[in-house]
Amino acid sequence: MNFDFSDEQKQMRDAARKFLAEKCPPKAVREVLEGRATYDKALWAGLAEMGFLGVAIPEQFGGAGAGHLELCVIAEEMGRALAPVPFSSTVYLAAEALLLAGSDEQKQKWLPKIASGEAIGTLALFEGKGNPSPQAIKLQASGGTLNGVKKPVPDGAIADFAVVAARTGSTGRDADISLFLVDLKAGGVDVRSLTNIDPTHGQAELTFKNCKAEPLAAAGDGWGILTQVLDRAAVLMAFEQVGGSDRALEMGRDYALDRIAFGRPIGSFQAVKHILADMYVSATLARSNCYYGAWALSTNASELPEAAAAARISATQAFQHCSKNNIQVHGGMGFTWEFDCHMYYRRANATAVTLGSLSYWEDQLIDRMRKKNAA
Amino acid sequence: MNFDDTPQEAEFRATARKWIGANAPKKYEAELSKSSLGRIRLEKEEIVDVGKAWQKKKAEGGWACLHWPKEYGGRGATPIEKVIWQQEEGVYGKLTQPFQIGEGMCGPTVMAFGSEEHKRHYLPKLASGEHIWCQLFSEPAGGSDVAGLRTRAEKKGDNWIINGQKIWTSGAHYSDYGLLITRTDPNVPKHKGLTMFFLDMKSKGVEVRPIKQANGMQEFNEVYFTDVVIPDSQRLGAVGDGWNVSLTTLMNERMSIGSRLATGFPEMFEFCSNLMTEDGLAIDDPATRSKLANWAVKASGLKYTSYRAISSLSKGERPGPENSIGKLVSGTMLQDIATYAMDLEGAAGALTGADEEAASGQFQQMLLSSPSMRIAGGTDEILRNIIAERVLGLPGDIRVDKDVPFNKIPTKGR
Repeated sequence: MNFDFSDEQKQMRDAARKFLAEKCPPKAVREVLEGRATYDKALWAGLAEMGFLGVAIPEQFGGAGAGHLELCVIAEEMGRALAPVPFSSTVYLAAEALLLAGSDEQKQKWLPKIASGEAIGTLALFEGKGNPSPQAIKLQASGGTLNGVKKPVPDGAIADFAVVAARTGSTGRDADISLFLVDLKAGGVDVRSLTNIDPTHGQAELTFKNCKAEPLAAAGDGWGILTQVLDRAAVLMAFEQVGGSDRALEMGRDYALDRIAFGRPIGSFQAVKHILADMYVSATLARSNCYYGAWALSTNASELPEAAAAARISATQAFQHCSKNNIQVHGGMGFTWEFDCHMYYRRANATAVTLGSLSYWEDQLIDRMRKKNAA
Repeated sequence: MNFDDTPQEAEFRATARKWIGANAPKKYEAELSKSSLGRIRLEKEEIVDVGKAWQKKKAEGGWACLHWPKEYGGRGATPIEKVIWQQEEGVYGKLTQPFQIGEGMCGPTVMAFGSEEHKRHYLPKLASGEHIWCQLFSEPAGGSDVAGLRTRAEKKGDNWIINGQKIWTSGAHYSDYGLLITRTDPNVPKHKGLTMFFLDMKSKGVEVRPIKQANGMQEFNEVYFTDVVIPDSQRLGAVGDGWNVSLTTLMNERMSIGSRLATGFPEMFEFCSNLMTEDGLAIDDPATRSKLANWAVKASGLKYTSYRAISSLSKGERPGPENSIGKLVSGTMLQDIATYAMDLEGAAGALTGADEEAASGQFQQMLLSSPSMRIAGGTDEILRNIIAERVLGLPGDIRVDKDVPFNKIPTKGR
């Protein structure tokens, strides 16, 4: 059994960690957090240069053609560093949708630009409150034009193009949903930035008014493709969450070693030790579930739907748990703007609801396990 | 990343599978498959007798304690081969329960500290199941604080005279030998005055009394020692070095990788998939689904954590500390699952009869037994300390009794 990343993949992880430690220290994250930039453009260019943006994009479309295991190790590092760039929306959502469903021409148009850092992409799925469901998609597509409002759209204010989920039928079935590609710079879309708990990742409202759009995949295939895109993104996002969990655990551990109270390091108190031990437990469970998700993703296994849901749930829980208890271990200092704890707390709770919330994925997991058992 | 065997591993697996196919006691397969939680019981026969027969057969075929050196009754197998064997042995592995303490703890301690003569004499008999060993560590005054033990050993000529009491000794009533830690010097701090021995459990002055547990069962014992004589030749390690010797034993206990602990999840998933409530199937209820999903990812997380450890073994590496989380996670899960299963049954949830309700009384039994899962082999709290100190590198707690002679440590809180 070799249920682990290869030495080459681990080297890539080390390279990404080193790169991000240098180019994306907490100070750089704060530039976006505090509104002095919408995203870290220099970092984005650097990621392109390192080949990280196109790591899972085939060479014929301008990528490195490495694969999804490589993308998983990069994702973990991006989460660890809280990289304030549109990586998840561009790489996990837009690029994956194109890879799954795009025509050669569409892939040729956008994927090389993603790999080179020239184009930011996103997925416009949600329309207000609620979780992914075909019924919730009201935005109308007819005659190659879109009308309706999407929000929240991750990185929508800085994106160059979007994959948009639209309604093309009214039968009440999944086949009512179709996907479209929209060049957001070509007009027909009003963009409004939305405030959110994690300003290091922007959210936007996109209003489509007779906006020209080209179909992505066949009409009526939208929901099936979206489900696959969300599963794939769930695994990748889970790696980000695991990276963040580990970092939050380390921060708590380091502070507990350093901070003296009652004449001893607070890490020598069992009440503090046990908090940190529990953080280790949840981070470890999440990592193991993520490895299974990575295996399923990289081999396109039939287990992917179940594995993705498990990785997503486990990693969401771990990141929420580790980031909130990192603050707890830090005590009052953890609640200051100056300390970085809140940045992890913000990211953990924002990523917990993007791609569908915890309860949505719990529901999905049980459905998928039942389906498997019934089969 | 894959789940495949290496060519050597595949060859080993095929050999093991073939041997098991030809030799396993198949008539117990169905019964063994059914019992998944707690102690294994067979309808008509004693598990110890059936287990001994299987262990003997394995020893003859070269499959007993297979990671031990050949001269001590093993096969000289690698750690990964041991894991593969366990996977292939499957349900028949449950028959080895009476030998697990001997194989996992007593044997390795004798191997590390016994004389060559002892090793050649005792270990092959332990491996073949001819002798069952138990571990005599815990005491009424020394549970989590093992070093607080009070059983005395006093030197008299070439012998030691033992007086005191042990508790929570699994299998003492059918064991032939025991690994015994004693206090030989109460005038020095507690960790420094301990000495390890092994003894014949049939020795005069050894009395084994079963403990009636909170779940109504009797699986553990108290063992009383009254002027029991142990020859000095049966000492393991130096006088006063018993604590270090015991660490070898306990380290081996924690190294048991691949032995998957029951979580109760598969049983619970099946139960909820079939239980009809007034609002429909339990599994269609959002609150139940949420709980199931939480348990599902814990169970799968543990499974894939052990796969990661197995992968390290496969590469010839020492597994990381990840595996230390297993009991901590599964103990609480068992208890939570049992509680919720009963909740779903409503008032009938309190009934324990096998034919009363859908769950055949299994969750009620799980409820009553699960507290021990969170205590035996290291309490949840001790496990958290271990993770915090050995994995995360946090400082040890301040120990007020560390430098105090043992006989000056207070024995009552008030």
